Amino acid sequence: MTGKRKITDHRVSVTITVDDVPLSVPRGEPLATALWCEGHLCLRHSPNAGAPRGAFCFMGVCQECSIEVDGHLVQTCLTPAQEGMTVRLKGAP
Amino acid sequence: MAPTLTDLIVVGAGPAGANAAITACAHGVDVHLFDEAPKAGGQVWRAPVDDLPEGNTPEAHEGSALRDCLAVSGVTVHNGQRVWSTLIKSDGEFQVDSLGPEGPMTVQAPRLVAATGAYERIVPFKGWTLPGVMGLAAATVLLKSHGVVPGERPVIAGAGPLLLAVAAGMLDAGVKPLAIIDLDSRVDWLMRLPALLTRPNLAARGAGWVARVRKAGVPILHRHAVRAVDGHDQMTRVTVSPVDASGAFIEGNDKHFDADALVVGHGLTPGGDIPRLLGARMQHDALRGGYVPQMDVFGRTSINGLFAIGDGAGIRGVDAAVTAGQACGLVVAHEADRLDTIRFEREVAPLRKACNRQNRFSDAIGGAMALRSGQVASVPKSAIVCRCEDVTRGEIEAAGDAGASDVNQLKHFTRTGMGPCQGRMCGEVAASLLAQHLGVERHAVGSFTARPPLRPVAMGELTGSFSYDDIPIPEPAPL
Repeated sequence: MTGKRKITDHRVSVTITVDDVPLSVPRGEPLATALWCEGHLCLRHSPNAGAPRGAFCFMGVCQECSIEVDGHLVQTCLTPAQEGMTVRLKGAP
Repeated sequence: MAPTLTDLIVVGAGPAGANAAITACAHGVDVHLFDEAPKAGGQVWRAPVDDLPEGNTPEAHEGSALRDCLAVSGVTVHNGQRVWSTLIKSDGEFQVDSLGPEGPMTVQAPRLVAATGAYERIVPFKGWTLPGVMGLAAATVLLKSHGVVPGERPVIAGAGPLLLAVAAGMLDAGVKPLAIIDLDSRVDWLMRLPALLTRPNLAARGAGWVARVRKAGVPILHRHAVRAVDGHDQMTRVTVSPVDASGAFIEGNDKHFDADALVVGHGLTPGGDIPRLLGARMQHDALRGGYVPQMDVFGRTSINGLFAIGDGAGIRGVDAAVTAGQACGLVVAHEADRLDTIRFEREVAPLRKACNRQNRFSDAIGGAMALRSGQVASVPKSAIVCRCEDVTRGEIEAAGDAGASDVNQLKHFTRTGMGPCQGRMCGEVAASLLAQHLGVERHAVGSFTARPPLRPVAMGELTGSFSYDDIPIPEPAPL
């Protein structure tokens, strides 16, 4: 685990699936942050060099964390985690 | 769809934009305020995500106070709306198009305030694209808004006051950074001290961070910079080297850290997309982080009715942003005949004084974060500069040799700045590399042309759902 949630809070957990694996994360936590905390640092590969990439600016500018959620390309740093979300990392375009 | 008509549109609900909106509205101006975040506050006063408690720092309190003030101000606030287009209509009015939870929106007004804040600038090094490396400002977002520390064994590197702010935030959350790598020497900071002391509250906060970091025994490596990050699918090691005053590496004294995260930032660049898109006259100002609109003390740009304030109009920091926002709100109210000249002059006078006081502080912090020649010269030839399109320094310089003489030609030659971020992450550095290689001043290579959409938007969301049968198709012309 890389990131550390610093507040032992009483947030409601929701279940998202990442490449078909269920993952319990705090509701409302931005997906990029939730994935980072759960050890999914590599989110995609760059289209030209095929190099691993992960969330970088966490404020909606760099687009590095744009991945497929529920079939749409979204900026995961701006997308709060909700029950039932399906995140695709492997084999995504 | 007919646009909503109003007196003033403000884009960006950070300290500058929100204060402009609140001040103008208090004098009877009808204001629509747009922000892409779910809550107002911008980056510096960013609100915690849903269900997390407000923090207990001065910024958290100030942000919370701003949101309370905005809620009762009468300003029409559109949170979570991404402004993707601004244009000037034939009658000189501004049209702003946005997309968000409220669906597509179009608002029109005779005046527009661009308060869109800044982006972080990171000077590339080997391995900076590896997962596990994030911006310094990104770390502040995680700490104050998401309740998360970026790693268990993080290294903090770069320039400016955020280094210590982030280190103190990590320590408060129970994580001890392996090291702080500061481009500046202790003497650099001491020389800035007189200017920093013009803002005693802020200087005291900085001193508090230093004490916190010292007490915890976090090593600070002054006059050092990150040379390389290594790892396979994510980073595992950071290599740092000493640097000279210009930021160029000095060989032979590398140090290594087995880190799980690197938080790195070299200052901020103004996000002046809207003034550029609308054709306002811009100028390069290294101290203010990059291209800024030419404007007067009230933020009036070269385009009638267009204002630019806050860090998006040149990096000056949060206090200056608040003052600029209030002054801009007053001048809008005055121009719109909601505030007579005598009252306007009376209310604006203390803001002018505050502005002069704040400028000295802003200059000192701006100096700490400005891009240095040796930093740019030290970028390895093989390092990726444009992250979106994987363009290296070597390719940028080859384009320069092949005749690319400004950044837009560089874009055509190499695709630098053509990817999803539209050059926001690499623009300043790519331009500086090209200028240095061609042996010309930075301003000679210009800036990327701004084009809509200002933010990536899905065509489907713009068009909404429709049936082809509902689209009116004119009769074909007779053959």
